[in-house]
Amino acid sequence: MRTLLIRDLMLAVRAGGGFGLGLAFFLIVTVLVPFGVGPQTELLSRIAPGILWIGALLACLLSLDRILALDWEDGSLDLLATAPLPMEGIVTIKALAHWITTGLPLVLAAPVLGVLLSLPIPAYQWVVISLAVGTPALSVIGTFGAALTVGIKRGGLLMSLLVLPLYVPTLIFGAEVARRGAEGLTVQTPLLLLAGISFGVMALLPFASAAVLRINLR
Amino acid sequence: MILSVRDLAVTRGGLAILEDVSFDLAAGEALVLRGPNGIGKTTLLRSVAGLQPPEQGTVAGAEDQIAYAAHSDGLKAMLSVTENLRFWASVFGLSDIEPALLAFDLTELRSRMAGTLSAGQKRRLGLARLMVTGRPIWVLDEPTVSLDAASVALFAEAVRTHLQQGGSALMATHIDLRLEEARVLDLTPFKAAPRTRQMDEAFL
Repeated sequence: MRTLLIRDLMLAVRAGGGFGLGLAFFLIVTVLVPFGVGPQTELLSRIAPGILWIGALLACLLSLDRILALDWEDGSLDLLATAPLPMEGIVTIKALAHWITTGLPLVLAAPVLGVLLSLPIPAYQWVVISLAVGTPALSVIGTFGAALTVGIKRGGLLMSLLVLPLYVPTLIFGAEVARRGAEGLTVQTPLLLLAGISFGVMALLPFASAAVLRINLR
Repeated sequence: MILSVRDLAVTRGGLAILEDVSFDLAAGEALVLRGPNGIGKTTLLRSVAGLQPPEQGTVAGAEDQIAYAAHSDGLKAMLSVTENLRFWASVFGLSDIEPALLAFDLTELRSRMAGTLSAGQKRRLGLARLMVTGRPIWVLDEPTVSLDAASVALFAEAVRTHLQQGGSALMATHIDLRLEEARVLDLTPFKAAPRTRQMDEAFL
């Protein structure tokens, strides 16, 4: 299992890997939004938490089709399925590798890019916390979408359509934590719901992903 | 008897292609599957490897015993030859990759990126992967594609060594490997008879 994680991380950082793709997209969104909205600091700081969350979500979505499609194309997925690793373990590791290469950099970059959006000072910690709690759910749900569409040529669009509705609850509660944090309100309820979504999908979806992957490999 | 296939029926794209296939494979034995294109050699091998559940029949003894080599080699272009092999060795809980590199004459290519290898060299690396799995039953789908005569000889030698060590091999191939111990199973007689489907079933 650890070997698979190390291999995936190594492939991501080598030339042609997906590392930096999501981060670059996140950077582009947050740099361009102030230009589009105009020089109204007050308006910008009000929408900043939401923009950061949408940017992170779309950045995550962008790299989802790499999770399983590459292994499918070169045949490693068939070989992994016949290897002594449980399929549930394989998809969990794939989701973890995706989070480390996409979600984690987004969490770390968010406070830096918050400056560009004149994010209110009290919001910084809550943006980071909500992204840290919520992005694992994005990776796990995304792996499920990738497993559903593996083997479909250019299945990226179908996968986006399947995954986006599943992303909505995470986005709502994640952005709500950040918004309430920015306004100095209590964040307990949305944060608990966000954590609930994350832990729930982490516990259940790997089984679903493994099941659809087994069917798709037939 | 390490692998026993009984009355196996397999389908491809929902159509039955082979039925009532039965064979046994003992330690030290090799079985070569023959048959025209489309007869279902790949589908049969995928069923034996556990990737595709059979329509009917049983495959006994395959659980955690099979090293499967498909048409594609499962190599990562951005990993070197040794990194690719080490990964698979460690997935199967082994660590020594030197014998595999030697057997398939890959020692000089060891630090090359797999993406820069020729098709034949990639195939050799894909076959070397079998040796680092430590599994007794090799299930091989067209293993000699894009190999030259010398590499085919290397591969035949590797299979022979594997058989002598008590392993066994099940392969679909069109060329003669000159393996004296190999039995040949022609799949043509097992071709599934076209079935007349019920009207309502056809619309499901």
